[in-house]
Amino acid sequence: MIEIKDIHKKFGKNEVLKGIDLSINQGGIFAILGPNGSGKTTLIKSILGMVLPDSGEISINGKSLKNSFKYRENIDYLPQIANFPGNLKVKELIEMIKDLRNSKATNDRELIELFKLQPFLNKKLVNLSGGTKQKVNLVLTFMFDGPLIILDEPTSGLDPISHLRLKNLIFAEKKKGKTILVTSHILSFVEEIADEIVFLLEGKIYFKGSITELKLKTSQPDFEHAIASILSASYA
Amino acid sequence: MRNTNVISVIIILLICTTNSWANTITVCATCVVQTISEGIAKAQVGDTVIVHKGIYKEANIKINKGITLLGKDLPVIDGEKKGEIITIGANNVTLDGFKIINVGVSYTTDYASVRVVNSENFIIQNLELEKLFFGIYLQKSNNGKVLNNKVRGEAVTEFNSGNAIHLWYCKNVEVRGNDVQKVRDGIYLEFSHNIKIIDNLSKNNVRYGLHFMFSNNNYVINNIFETNGAGIALMFSKFMEVENNIIQKNWGTAAYGILLKEVNDANLVNNVFLENTVGITVEGSNRLLYSHNDFTSNGYALKVKGACYDNKIVENNFLYNSFDISYNGRINDNRFNNNFWSNYTGYDLDKNGIGDVPYRPVKLFSYIVNRTPETIILLRSLFIDIIDFSEKVSPVFTPDDLMDKNPKMKIISHDRN
Amino acid sequence: MLKILKYSFYDLMRSRWSYVYFLFYLLLGVVLLFLNNDLSKAVITLMNVIIILVPLIGTIFGVMYYYNSREFTELLLAQPVKRSSIFLGQYLGVATSLSMSLVIGLGFPFVFYGIFNSSAIWDFSLLLITGAFLTFIFTALAFVIALSNENKIKGFGYAILLWLFMAVIYDGLFLMSLLYFEDYPLDKFSLGATMLNPVDLSRVLILLKLDISALLGYTGAVFQKFFGTNFGLILSFVMLVCWVIIPTFFIWRIAKKKDF
Repeated sequence: MIEIKDIHKKFGKNEVLKGIDLSINQGGIFAILGPNGSGKTTLIKSILGMVLPDSGEISINGKSLKNSFKYRENIDYLPQIANFPGNLKVKELIEMIKDLRNSKATNDRELIELFKLQPFLNKKLVNLSGGTKQKVNLVLTFMFDGPLIILDEPTSGLDPISHLRLKNLIFAEKKKGKTILVTSHILSFVEEIADEIVFLLEGKIYFKGSITELKLKTSQPDFEHAIASILSASYA
Repeated sequence: MRNTNVISVIIILLICTTNSWANTITVCATCVVQTISEGIAKAQVGDTVIVHKGIYKEANIKINKGITLLGKDLPVIDGEKKGEIITIGANNVTLDGFKIINVGVSYTTDYASVRVVNSENFIIQNLELEKLFFGIYLQKSNNGKVLNNKVRGEAVTEFNSGNAIHLWYCKNVEVRGNDVQKVRDGIYLEFSHNIKIIDNLSKNNVRYGLHFMFSNNNYVINNIFETNGAGIALMFSKFMEVENNIIQKNWGTAAYGILLKEVNDANLVNNVFLENTVGITVEGSNRLLYSHNDFTSNGYALKVKGACYDNKIVENNFLYNSFDISYNGRINDNRFNNNFWSNYTGYDLDKNGIGDVPYRPVKLFSYIVNRTPETIILLRSLFIDIIDFSEKVSPVFTPDDLMDKNPKMKIISHDRN
Repeated sequence: MLKILKYSFYDLMRSRWSYVYFLFYLLLGVVLLFLNNDLSKAVITLMNVIIILVPLIGTIFGVMYYYNSREFTELLLAQPVKRSSIFLGQYLGVATSLSMSLVIGLGFPFVFYGIFNSSAIWDFSLLLITGAFLTFIFTALAFVIALSNENKIKGFGYAILLWLFMAVIYDGLFLMSLLYFEDYPLDKFSLGATMLNPVDLSRVLILLKLDISALLGYTGAVFQKFFGTNFGLILSFVMLVCWVIIPTFFIWRIAKKKDF
C-alpha cells in the first residue's frame, strides 16, 4: 500500500532520514519505533506531505505523492501535539474538519459518546485540559473512514479507561482491514497492538519485522529488553 | 434759500437747452446711415449715435469728439483682423453695448479692441470682446470708467496674447464689474494711480489676474481671481489697499495668489486665499499689514523671500496649508501675532483663548524643500515630522524669534461684509 | 481556500484583538471628529495614523497570527487541502478582518458626522482604501517573514525591523540621497524611490488629494505629469496592487517548499 523508496531529508546540517526504504502492505498495525530524534515523526510527516523529502519517492497505492493533496482524504492522522485554535468550540472544530474534508459519513457521535465528551462540546478549546484535548484529537482522527490511519503518540495524556477504549478502537479499525501506522514510546502498548514493527535508528531502518522476530534477533526474552539491547548496542 | 432755488432753475434750464441741442443719429443696415464711421462723422459733440443690431464689418473707427456711441441689442463690430477697431481720442465719450471681434494681431503694434488716448471722462461699458489681442487699452487717460465688460480671449502663451484691460499712465479710473477670461493679464496697470478695481472676475488668464507696475494708491476690492497663472502681481508700487478679494486655485510651478515685489505701505485685509500653490510670495516689501485673511489649503500660505521688514501679520487664519510660512534667511523683523494656525498643537490652560505656547510657523522641511525641490515628495512623512519636531524644540536653521507668541485657539471669524 | 479563509476570518472575528483594534479606530474617529469638530484636520491626522499605524498593526498581527496558529496549521496540513490554500486562506482571513476593523471602525463615526454630505468624502474614501491596501501589503510581508523564520522571536524582530525601515529609516535614506545628489535631475529617482516603499506610495497617493497645491509648485516634466494628471493616481494604484501581489506570490512559493 505504501511504498517508500530511498528517501533522504536534511534539516539544515542535521540529516534526519538517511535513505529509508519501506513498504507497508494493506491491513494490519505497524509500529514505528526508535529513540528521540531517530526520524519517526519526519517519516510520518513525509507520508503526509508535510515534510518534503530531499530525494527519494513515496507512493500510496502506486500513486506518487508529489504535488498531490487529494490522497490525504484517505488518511486519518492524529498529530502528536493536539493544539487547536482556541477561539473555537469543540463542536465547531469537529464541524469544521468535516467541512474541510467534505465528508458526511462519519461516526463522530459514537466517538463522542465513547470518550464521554458531551459536556465539553460547547466549551472553547482553549479551556480544555491536555487529556480532553487528546480525546478531541482522537475523535477528529477516527471519525472518518479512511483506509489508512496514522497515529503519532496516541496515548499521551490519556487516562487508563480512555487508553483502553483507544486500544479497542484500534483493534476494531484493524478488523475492518485498515492499515494503521503508530508511533509510541509506550512499549507495552506497542507490544499489545503491533503486528509488525519498524525500528528507526539515526535515520535508517535498523529492523523491520514482527516482535517475535525481534526477540529472536536480539535473543532477548521480552520486548522491552530486546529494544534496550538494540539501543545499548548502538550507543555502546 | 432763494439763491439755491435760482441756481437750480438755471441748472435745469441748462440741461434742457443742451438736451435740445443734442441729436440722435441712428445706424442700421436699412437706415440712411449704414456704417458706424459714417454715423460718427455726422454727429456733433454731445450727440448720441445709436447702432441697431447687426454685423458691422468696420475697423479703425475713430471717435474724436465727445459723443455717445450706443449699441442696441448688442450689435457686432467685426474688425476682420485689420488692426485696431475703435480708437477714442476725445473727452466725454461714452461707448456702450457692443460686441467687438477680430482685432488684428501684430508683433510690432499692440492693437486693441478699444483704445482710449489722452482723453478724460470716458465711460466704456457693457462691451463683449472676443478674438482680441488687447481688449480695452487706456493710455494717458483720466477720470473714466470701465464697467461691466466681458472679455473672452483665446490666449495660450504669454507671447502671442495681450491684456484684457490695460491702463498706462492713467489716473482716477474706476474698473468695476468686468469679467475677463483667457487673456494674458486680466487687468494691467502701469504708472497708473488712484485706480479703483472693484467687483471684477478675472479667470483662466495665462499670466496674471491683475498686474501692477509702478502704480500707487490703488484700491483692489471685492474681486475674484481664479485659476490664473498667478492671481495678483503687485510690483514696485506703494499705498495699496487689497481687500475682500477671493484668490483661488492658482496652480503651477510659478503660481501664487499674490506676488508682492518691492511693494511698500500696503494693506492686505480680509482676503481669502484658497488652494494656491503659494498664497502670497513677498520680496523686498516693507510696512505691509496682513490681517483678517484666510489662507486655506495652499501649498505655502506665505513665502517670504527676503528683505522684508516691519510687516505685521495679525489675526489671520492659516488653515491646512502644506506649509504655513516659508522663510529665506535667519533674520526676522516681521511681527506675527494673534493668528489662528490649524497646525498649532499647544494648549490653553488659562482659557483666555490664546495658546500658552508660541507657535513656530516655519518648518525645517520648508528649508530643505527650498534647497532641493524634489524632496517635496517626502511631505508629511514620519521622518520629516521627526526632524521638524526636533527643529521646533531647538531651532538651528529657522529664525529664533519667528513665532506667533499669541496664537488663537479658535478660528477667527472675520467681520466681512 | 475559501473555507480556510472563512474559518480564519471567523476565528479572528472572535478574538479580542480584533475588537481592540476596531474599538481603537472607533474611538480615534470619535475623538478626532467630535472633540475637534474639524473634518479637514481630522483627515490629515488620520493620514498620519494610517500610514504609520496600519502597517505596524498589519505586520505584528500577521506574524502573531501565523505563530499562534502553527498547530492548527499542522492539523490543516494533514487534511486533503492544498498547501497554498491554507496559507493564502489564512493570510486573506487576517488581512480582511483587519481591514474590516479599520474601515468599519473609522467609517462609523465619520458616517455619523455626516461625511456623505461633505466634500471630504473622496479624501476620506481614499484614506480608507489606502489603509486597506497597506493592511493587505504588510500582513502579506509579515506572513512571508513568519514563514521564513521558524524562530518566533527572530520573526517578530524582523517584522518590527521591516516596519521601522519602511516607515522611518527608508525616508531618512531617501532624503539624504536627495540632498547628496541635489545637483542631478532627481524627479525620476524620487518617484521611483517612492514606488518602492508602500508606505511612501500610500502617503503620496493621499498627498495627491491633500496637498496638490504644494506638489504642483515644482518644475520638472516628470513631476508635473505625475502630480498634474491622473497618471499619478493610476500608477500609484497599480503599484499598490503589485505590492499586494508580489508578497502574496512569495507566500505561495515559500509555503509550497516548506517543511512542517
